[in-house]
Amino acid sequence: MDFTSFLIQLLNSVQYGFLLFLVASGLTLVFGIMGIINLAHGAFYMFGAYIVWWLFGFTESLTLSILFGVPLIMLLGLAIERLAIAHLYQRDHLYQVLLTFGMILVLNECQKIFWGTDFYSVPVPEVLSGSIPLTENQVYPIYRVFISIVCMLIAAGMYLLIQKTRLGMTIRAGASNREMVQALGVNINWVFAVVFSLGAGLAGFAGMIGAPVSSVYPGMGDQILIISFVVVVIGGIGSIKGAFIGAMLIGLADTFGKVLVPDFASMAVYATMAVILLWRPQGLFGQSAH
Amino acid sequence: MFRTSLTTNLILICLLVVLAALPPFLGIYYGNMVTRLMILGIFAMSLDLLIGFTGLVSFGHAAFFGLSGYILGIVMMDTETASIYWVLPACLGVTALASLVIGWFSVRTSGIYFIMITLAFAQMLFYFFNENTALGGSDGMFIFAKPTLAIGSWNPIDFEDHHTFYYVVLVSLILSYLGLRRLLNAPFGQVIQGIRTNEDRTRALGFATRRYKLVSFIIAGTLAGFAGFLEAMHTSIISPAHLGWHESGNVMMTVILGGIGTLHGPVLGAFAFGFLHDWLQDVTEHPTLYMGIFVIAVVLFLPRGIAGLPADIARWLRRKPPGDGGSPP
Repeated sequence: MDFTSFLIQLLNSVQYGFLLFLVASGLTLVFGIMGIINLAHGAFYMFGAYIVWWLFGFTESLTLSILFGVPLIMLLGLAIERLAIAHLYQRDHLYQVLLTFGMILVLNECQKIFWGTDFYSVPVPEVLSGSIPLTENQVYPIYRVFISIVCMLIAAGMYLLIQKTRLGMTIRAGASNREMVQALGVNINWVFAVVFSLGAGLAGFAGMIGAPVSSVYPGMGDQILIISFVVVVIGGIGSIKGAFIGAMLIGLADTFGKVLVPDFASMAVYATMAVILLWRPQGLFGQSAH
Repeated sequence: MFRTSLTTNLILICLLVVLAALPPFLGIYYGNMVTRLMILGIFAMSLDLLIGFTGLVSFGHAAFFGLSGYILGIVMMDTETASIYWVLPACLGVTALASLVIGWFSVRTSGIYFIMITLAFAQMLFYFFNENTALGGSDGMFIFAKPTLAIGSWNPIDFEDHHTFYYVVLVSLILSYLGLRRLLNAPFGQVIQGIRTNEDRTRALGFATRRYKLVSFIIAGTLAGFAGFLEAMHTSIISPAHLGWHESGNVMMTVILGGIGTLHGPVLGAFAFGFLHDWLQDVTEHPTLYMGIFVIAVVLFLPRGIAGLPADIARWLRRKPPGDGGSPP
């Protein structure tokens, strides 16, 4: 592998890693703070992609579609949290897994009812459709670079939100000791609803911004969900920093796996996870108290 | 001790008699369906050994179910006939080995990590078979010939015959049930149930809990492999979908629907689930949608499953309706 193709693969891994991070950070936050395993998280990613494709038919603009789409996904997340998840806080993980599994069946079927089983594609916006020449015959699409930059900004925004704002402070406090936060007079139910809806929004946004590079198809949510689980487990459940490192590691393992061992690329991801867990069963940044 | 009440035993024996008497009345379609549901019952019981009795929530149990079927497929790929005396041990042996490896990693963790790790390992196997073009890739493979029981020219049981196979599966189901029951009443079973109730105390009593959990994982995995073997024999086809996480989710749903922590519950769950799905397919275009709603409803309203239903109803009947006198103030 020469340097340019190495660079291309590296950029691809980073871009994939960032998308994964957006999905996985919601998953890890929801678990870390609410203690809920949400299998339906991937469905938000899928709905994001479908909604942006659907809205694109009216608005003809990716930006506008995303601007309208994200609130829709957040509302969907809020509704699901209030109607179903809220009843599960005191229950065993087993029931959370099962309820959200049922939720996947329902949401996947709804997707088929609304939009059918065809593959769709969303065009890359005109301004970003060019490519950056790397050598005489190798180029790199601008839109992929754009995805990385946007995701980086969002990651930075999340960092600021969680580290520097009052809401972030409450969220962090809720993650480390739920009862204490409640005793201090914070309405923890409200925090839960906000976090869940935020996580849904992030996953939906990842699906939207990623729609032009991956096509829009049934089952896309299941695929990203499982990979996000791996990311979360590697990083340590509840840790945003861990989700970031884990997403980048998986991005690298997946992209380079596809180039180096094309037949077993998907296994490379899980092998990475097994090795890391052998070394640290609680994940890279997880608390060993589990 | 793992005991069931006299009433439960009587009901179970009645159901068994019904199952044994049914085949002549079932026809091909329902005969196959009941056979499949009994196989799923064995599969669900094996998962309940983990979830209900050891307290290990495995979300990758289908891996062993499918793996065993694939081994059967691989063994039968280039051969016309093979003897079950070595094919079955081969399938179970590979499955046991796989559950040893996966279990060794998994039991080091607990709670949500355990759920996710078992899921990830199952996915790893899923992709291994999904991307392996020699084994049919995502389409899976046909199993053209079944292994036989024949010794020389003497063949006591012909697996090709639907009725015979029905009874083979029924006997397997009964033996699995009795075997698990025996296991749960043995000292080993007492220890794993102790682990479920309170792992720290069990460890404090001097039991190497991690080793017990691993053995329980291997037994459950191997029994799931046995169910997978029967399933592959029954349908003559094996595909990556058998190992997928939807299958793992479905069997988990079966266990919960039937009632965790009982042995007959998962079998009842398999039947309820199977017939419900069959009925939904007839009456609606979107069976999965209603299946999903049903699962959500079971989790929210029926946490103890079908096996817990009589107790739930009894408690509901005993509760005095409001305004019915009650104790004076």
